[in-house]
Amino acid sequence: MGRKTVQQKPLEARKASPLVVSLSAVFLGIAAGCLFILCIGKNPFAGFERILFGALSNVRRIGNTLGMSTQLILIGLSVAFAFKTGLFNIGASGQMLMGGITGSILAYYLPLSMPRIIYIPMVIIAAMAAGALWGFLSGLLKAKFNVHEVVSTIMLNWIAYWICYDFIPRFIIDPTISVKSKPIETVHTLRADWLTDLTQFSTLNYGFFLAIAMCFVVWFILQKTTLGFSLKAVGSNRFCAEYAGIRVTRSIMISMAIAGALASLAGLTYYCGYSNIMEMGKMPNEGFDGIAVALLGNCSPVGIFFSAIFFGILKMGRGSLAATGIPTEIADTIIATIIYFTATNVILASFWNRIFHSRFEKKEEAAAAAMKKKGDHTPVSSLTKAQFNEYAKEGRALLKESKEGR
Amino acid sequence: MLGIRKEFPGIVANDDITLQVEEGEIHAILGENGAGKSTLMSILFGLYHADKGIIKVRGKEVHIKNPNDAFDLGIGMVHQHFQLVHNFTVAENIIMGKEGGFVYDIRKASRKIKEISERYGLSIEPDMVIEDITVGMQQRVEILKMLYRDADILIFDEPTAVLTPQEIDELMQIMRNLAAEGKSIILITHKLDEIKAVASRCTIIRRGRLVGVVDVASSSVEEMAAAMVGRPVSFKVEKSPCNPGRPILEIRNLSVMNSKKVLGVKDFSLTVHAGEIVGLAGVDGNGQTELVEAITGLRKAESGSITFNGKDITSLPIEERNSMGLGHIPEDRQKRGLILSAPLTSNMVIKEFAKEPFAHHGLLDYPQIRSYAESIISRFDVRSGEGADSLAGKLSGGNQQKAIIGREITADPDLLIAVQPTRGLDVGAIEFIHSQLVEERERGKAILLVSFELDEIFNLSDRIAVISGGELIDIVDTASTDEHAVGLMMAGIRKGES
Repeated sequence: MGRKTVQQKPLEARKASPLVVSLSAVFLGIAAGCLFILCIGKNPFAGFERILFGALSNVRRIGNTLGMSTQLILIGLSVAFAFKTGLFNIGASGQMLMGGITGSILAYYLPLSMPRIIYIPMVIIAAMAAGALWGFLSGLLKAKFNVHEVVSTIMLNWIAYWICYDFIPRFIIDPTISVKSKPIETVHTLRADWLTDLTQFSTLNYGFFLAIAMCFVVWFILQKTTLGFSLKAVGSNRFCAEYAGIRVTRSIMISMAIAGALASLAGLTYYCGYSNIMEMGKMPNEGFDGIAVALLGNCSPVGIFFSAIFFGILKMGRGSLAATGIPTEIADTIIATIIYFTATNVILASFWNRIFHSRFEKKEEAAAAAMKKKGDHTPVSSLTKAQFNEYAKEGRALLKESKEGR
Repeated sequence: MLGIRKEFPGIVANDDITLQVEEGEIHAILGENGAGKSTLMSILFGLYHADKGIIKVRGKEVHIKNPNDAFDLGIGMVHQHFQLVHNFTVAENIIMGKEGGFVYDIRKASRKIKEISERYGLSIEPDMVIEDITVGMQQRVEILKMLYRDADILIFDEPTAVLTPQEIDELMQIMRNLAAEGKSIILITHKLDEIKAVASRCTIIRRGRLVGVVDVASSSVEEMAAAMVGRPVSFKVEKSPCNPGRPILEIRNLSVMNSKKVLGVKDFSLTVHAGEIVGLAGVDGNGQTELVEAITGLRKAESGSITFNGKDITSLPIEERNSMGLGHIPEDRQKRGLILSAPLTSNMVIKEFAKEPFAHHGLLDYPQIRSYAESIISRFDVRSGEGADSLAGKLSGGNQQKAIIGREITADPDLLIAVQPTRGLDVGAIEFIHSQLVEERERGKAILLVSFELDEIFNLSDRIAVISGGELIDIVDTASTDEHAVGLMMAGIRKGES
């Protein structure tokens, strides 16, 4: 009894981090893209040069790429948040529509003279509330009637779709083109003059900063709060959470509501920032792209930020591919391939682990040789990391010498 | 197996272990949880690879890369958790993977299975469906599977953990039959009486090292236990006379539905006082789970009442029952007791993370949580590779259980419900857990002990309540009864009926 707990991490081979795995998936996806481009007899480097050109070659394009990434960050966060609670939010598209229609209706009916400092927080709160309600409905169905969230969120996607189909002509129609809403006046969008000027009329808007802020908020909730703790507990082992007295059904509803709010914020930035109209009969694809963003970003807020930017580059840059004669679908193919490799992350991780392990074994062998020469008989496992590294370095030189001597 | 060594991150699981098994011998491997028994067998079975050492089968050095190599060498393993397809017949399960060609002849296979079954006294019919037969019979199907593949070396990994006393006797007889036919049997266990009953020699392992090989017939149970744990072990728990105080838990006329929507607990009444241990004896599946879940709030009570510390808790949410001072060591430690994918730190505060001092205004205080977890880890000797940061799933079963018990006892509950607190644990750990439970009793806590092992019930309880078919048969003082009388009650026979 009273044995001291082991503090030092044991010496062992490195484990593949999620970052390494995600980067390998990206690499493999791009490699596959190159292969496809080669197959149709074009130059892959020219293709990627075009994608980067289209996405990043001037401030306006960079602005547009970030504008596109804004939605992807928020949807990625939404999907990841639900994932952490063990839920699969496939309803981000519907939640986006709810956020968009709420924002658009408010923009249409609220007086233009309203100060922005009041107007902007108001639409943000209203849009998030609409999405939270949409997410909460799936959570409620799951918690009370055990309806799987994949089924209920997909159905709610279509309910949102038809609500928009009805609400756009009923409340906010553009009389000249009767399938779209009337464009929102710029003062009622999330755009800002200084951003528009800075990026030479790109789509970049306040939504981007909201998305960054939400990365922090999500990280904070999951890592620092008791709410996050209980949500993660429910996600990792529902039975244990129940045993411990965590209210499982409540957690599911809260988690889906937060996920819905994040996705509807994406809808607001998309329809009242990135764009300024809503079209009838269009389901936003971004809701599904967000799943890929969350997966590639390993469901961590930082990872999601970068993976959303990456997908943003691909999505914005692909338009410029046409000039080279490479079909723009190549960009989608790359995204699809990356998703495929991210989904098989176990295989990628074991690939890297095997490499790390064989390297570690070589190092161990070298260290053992050096220790033998020095007459040090302490077991390898009780060396500190620094000692081990030093021995390994000496040992490697020793082994090299003996090889050359032979 | 000569000089086997295997390291895992932070732990040397096997260090220079030699195991020699003769033909027609029942050879036991004895060791505490985490001593390295399972690792050693996994190496023999090709699931892990030894870092050092060699394996010889029938005098020839072999390299076993995967379980198929092991099969080819005639090595078969009966796992703790059976690997059977539930809606397939016995014969289909046995020939799976050995169909031999595109079209298989189930009739021929059935004949062979029947033949083997009769030869070794397994009494298994090839066309029975797995989900219809008892656990004991399922285990015999696993044995048949090995024999069907002509295995000569049979490894049994903790084979009795899931069996009733009667089934254990049957299994022992089967092992003797197998050995008499020239099969070599390796029995991995930490139950000494089983070794005493069937094994001829016993290899003892402690903390990954070989302690020695003993001749079972000429050594006592105490000697073997001491060799396994590294110090003398007492099988009897020392405790002072019972001094019951006020009633803590009062159950009145409680009825609870089981998951098949019929009454699993019927009109059950029981009172547990401060400072006493009440043992609930009964055969598994007689309403213990439903009763415990009703008390802890995991299951709804149909009728009747549960009073805890003078307050009716029959329909309170789990959270409130927990904070009133109800501790629960759950039956299934991996499903209910721990979040296996989370570190020990989180697991140790899973019930109290939202309260002071672990959280302030909804924000977690990690340093507090860590030091609390570390204090439990050191007080209850929870062994793990990376201390408080270890994932709960990386701990051995015994250490997982110690962690749960540590968490529940440290929370200082007024009532502790301990369900099968020592299942699957070795004598060293059992001794420790028993002494902890008795210590809680001496401190004036009420304890409801649910166990399927009569030894444990008799060892710890002040009073014994017997449950059968969901009904309370009787409550007796431990001092005034014996195992035979309780055994009869467990079968549902009331006093005076026989």
